[in-house]
Amino acid sequence: MNNSRRRFLQIAGVSALGLGAKPVLNAFAAGGEGPGFHLANGEDALDAKQWAMVIDTRKLHSSADLEPIIEACHKVHNVPTAIVNKNHEIKWIWEAHYHNAFTDKTNNFLNEGVEHRPFLLLCNHCENPPCVRACPTQATFKRESDGIVLMDFHRCIGCRFCMAACPFGARSFNFRDPRPFIEETNKEFPTRAKGVVEKCNFCAERLAVGKMPACVEASNGAIAFGDLYDEHSEVRELLKENYTIRRKQTLGTEPSVYYIV
Amino acid sequence: MLELAVRGNKWYWGWMVVLLGVIGAGFGLYLMQLKFGLGITGMSRDVSWGFYIANFTYLVGVAAGGVMVVLPYYLHDYKAYGKITILGEFLAIASIVMCLLFILVDLGQPMRALNVLLYPTPNSVLFYDAIVLNGYLFLNLVIGWNVLESERNGVHYQSWLKPLIYISIPWAVSIHTVTAYLYCGLPGRHFWLTAVLAPRFLASAFAAGPALLILLCLFIRRFTNFDPGRQQIQTLAKTVAYAICINVFFFLCEVFVAFYSQIPGHTTHLKYLFVGLHGHGALVPWMWGSMIFMVIGIVLTVTPATRKNETSLAIACIVIIMGTWIDKGLGMISGGFVPNPMHEVNEYIPTMPEIGITLGVYAIGALVLTVLYKMAVGVKEEVHG
Repeated sequence: MNNSRRRFLQIAGVSALGLGAKPVLNAFAAGGEGPGFHLANGEDALDAKQWAMVIDTRKLHSSADLEPIIEACHKVHNVPTAIVNKNHEIKWIWEAHYHNAFTDKTNNFLNEGVEHRPFLLLCNHCENPPCVRACPTQATFKRESDGIVLMDFHRCIGCRFCMAACPFGARSFNFRDPRPFIEETNKEFPTRAKGVVEKCNFCAERLAVGKMPACVEASNGAIAFGDLYDEHSEVRELLKENYTIRRKQTLGTEPSVYYIV
Repeated sequence: MLELAVRGNKWYWGWMVVLLGVIGAGFGLYLMQLKFGLGITGMSRDVSWGFYIANFTYLVGVAAGGVMVVLPYYLHDYKAYGKITILGEFLAIASIVMCLLFILVDLGQPMRALNVLLYPTPNSVLFYDAIVLNGYLFLNLVIGWNVLESERNGVHYQSWLKPLIYISIPWAVSIHTVTAYLYCGLPGRHFWLTAVLAPRFLASAFAAGPALLILLCLFIRRFTNFDPGRQQIQTLAKTVAYAICINVFFFLCEVFVAFYSQIPGHTTHLKYLFVGLHGHGALVPWMWGSMIFMVIGIVLTVTPATRKNETSLAIACIVIIMGTWIDKGLGMISGGFVPNPMHEVNEYIPTMPEIGITLGVYAIGALVLTVLYKMAVGVKEEVHG
């Protein structure tokens, strides 16, 4: 009796272990065959193979030029801009000096116009994103349909591995409840809970309804947005005509944000 | 065997009460953190991992260090270690428990921790870290418990344990290798982006783990009727001596590569740690302290006279534990994040609640270790006494 109960418990234990291992095995199994789901695209939705951005920094002279762009983004995405503590700051797009933006391209004697120009920094939506590689739950993922590096705020466990992995400092962590620090809540975009990471999403929610990203709209033509793999797209035309640079491209992450200097 | 852990004198129970007090205080602070968010720590947008992950990294090393008694006993049939393998295995269990807790308290959304299993992601190193840490905990629990019980019953341990024991040896190496891979595979973090990181982690682990084990052996000999043995302690001391030398050697290799190549990305973090950068140098005295401690440790463990004298050996072990803890805990994590990818310097200093929670986790580890060691020593006293 005693023996058979023991035997039963052993078998039950091993079975439970087996059940627990199933999702792990699934993950190793050939991908793409999971339970089928289909995301319907809106009629007006914009699509691309890989969205990319070209920032013409010659058209952005001072902080005053950058401010409305940054504000447009932060407003539409419920970024808690009223947080005072620098440690807890959340930013999706922000201003930086040339030296901080292009740490591997700093000459001692630099064109003065470039040196004093403000630069807009944001997530580069890398073609080979190290943050996606690092995330243990696929809360950060690269959307196959258009190459945007997106986040699932409800899946993120807040381990911050992605922040360590990002070579561009593009990611922010909600060190506290951000909601009291949102100046005016936009009901059409989710607010975040404390304890999750967030960053620029290339306005995926706006592209889905046929709108250009908020920063592009607010930039008075200084920022172009389009498909990197469509040779007739606006961004490709700009890349053909202008010499552009990218941040830390030697790291092989293939940033999708290009800068005309 | 658990009954051995509920019999103890007033010192034993007093120690348990003290630990429970620290655990309670740490838990209270953790509830605070749960309510407010990780903002109660000193971490920031730039230094996004701090004290918790640093201590996690250190303790993975202590856990892996246990293999330095298991390996000679089972692979080289070094019989003297038969007496103390259980101490190494149980130390590993307590360390892994602390590691897992440090990961948990570091999560922004701890209630979602199981997402790691629900959405297993083989391209993430954290996925493998979860596997190797839990696997190592499981192996040591099964092996330690069964071998100790067999010893108590005066029989040879079950034959099916043998393969598990053999697996546990490379597994110990794997836990610290995978933990190093968490850091050294990240582009743009040049301080960690070095192939020698995993070997260096292992070297410091094989110094710190056995050093702690020596101190625990000395304690057990003094306060119980079980003597882990002079020969055992001396052999461990030689392991510590080699490992701490190799650790410092690896560090000097890093220094050479950085400063002979003079590539700014590589020198800047070392400069921040050892001389300060742009007027920021909170860690400078700590890092020099760490180097001095490790050098003293080398002198005391390499010199035969001071190694053989158990008082100076104990001092050596203490300074080696402190030196490697600062090196790996304080310096390795902060050093990698400062300056940030935009070359801005934002320093990190842990806050009081953060330190309190950390002490709480250490107290849980100490409690687990106390219970396990009480059992192990109880069995040894029965068998050998």
